[in-house]
Amino acid sequence: MKISLQINEGPYQHQASDSAIQFTKAALAKGHEIFRVFFYHDGVNNATRLAIPPQDDRNITEQWVALQKEHNLDLVVCIAAAQRRGMIDEDEMKRQGKDANNISEGFRISGLGQLIEAGIEADRLVVFGA
Amino acid sequence: MSLLHTVNKSPFESNTFDACLGLAKSGSTILLIEDGVYAATTGNSVADKIKNTTGINFCVLGPDAQARGIQGKLAEGIKVVDYEGFVDLVAEHDAVQAWL
Amino acid sequence: MVKKFMYINRKAPYGTIYALESLEVVLIGAAFDQDVSLAFIGDGVYQLTKGQDTKAIGQKNFSTVYMALGDYDVNKIYVEKESLEERGLTLDDLQHLVWEDEDEDWAEKDSIRLVSRAELSDVLDEQDVLLSF
Repeated sequence: MKISLQINEGPYQHQASDSAIQFTKAALAKGHEIFRVFFYHDGVNNATRLAIPPQDDRNITEQWVALQKEHNLDLVVCIAAAQRRGMIDEDEMKRQGKDANNISEGFRISGLGQLIEAGIEADRLVVFGA
Repeated sequence: MSLLHTVNKSPFESNTFDACLGLAKSGSTILLIEDGVYAATTGNSVADKIKNTTGINFCVLGPDAQARGIQGKLAEGIKVVDYEGFVDLVAEHDAVQAWL
Repeated sequence: MVKKFMYINRKAPYGTIYALESLEVVLIGAAFDQDVSLAFIGDGVYQLTKGQDTKAIGQKNFSTVYMALGDYDVNKIYVEKESLEERGLTLDDLQHLVWEDEDEDWAEKDSIRLVSRAELSDVLDEQDVLLSF
């Protein structure tokens, strides 16, 4: 079965991202396909490569990236929500004339249409939030 | 058609659990996750609501209950599932409504 | 295949960003020709109230955008009756949302469907995709 996920909250502040990661691992282990993970609202903060959690804590962005690499996950960060919160990739940095970027490898920035498409194409949409 | 509902807030902190219970149809499943698992303990003031609701399948996410130290205090009639069980519930129901 | 998409709105505007960003999804989603409806439950009903004026809080007043939803063919707006009553509100406290029916010579029709909890529960049950914010 094809499953899409929507993540509404940033990492650490709320358990949503942790739950979504555990759910994703279980779904993949059971042979399901994760069609797309769409990050919205503060969920876009999952994609920062600049977070430095304490050494004895989990690194949520790295967990996503590891899953992405192993399973070729489509991790999509909403561009509108990301720009509002200062999450930009290299292309956006150049286009907007900013002096830095912070989106990790493994994530791609795209529009809200990707969320709707995720709902259309997948058999189920599961939302994690606060 | 039947829905899987997820509730992730303590019933003592918000009315999310009540809102879900009010709109969940007979034949649907309510899965308590994250802080939502506190609704599943025995002897609390919402226990009767679960006990008196017929036709709805109540489940609790075991890892979340265990993390909060309430795994030994879960009310009877509430099925404990792990993340793979969560995935199965998603697959078995027609759609998922997250009560955020 | 057209799917039934429902946007579930349970949060009041301004205090958090959920209502505004949910509306942004609805506007984009309208272009996808799916069977779209919106549900306003609990504090979500506050999103639709008349008389919002945000000048003094430094935020954009987006309540007017709901008035335009009819132009995007988003015209099934379910409001839970019990949620209004619990908050001391009636339909008159909400903006009058309308759409024009192409099939009936562009007759103006109400978009808001005031439904009981039991009726809404049936509508939820028919959906293919439930987006929560």
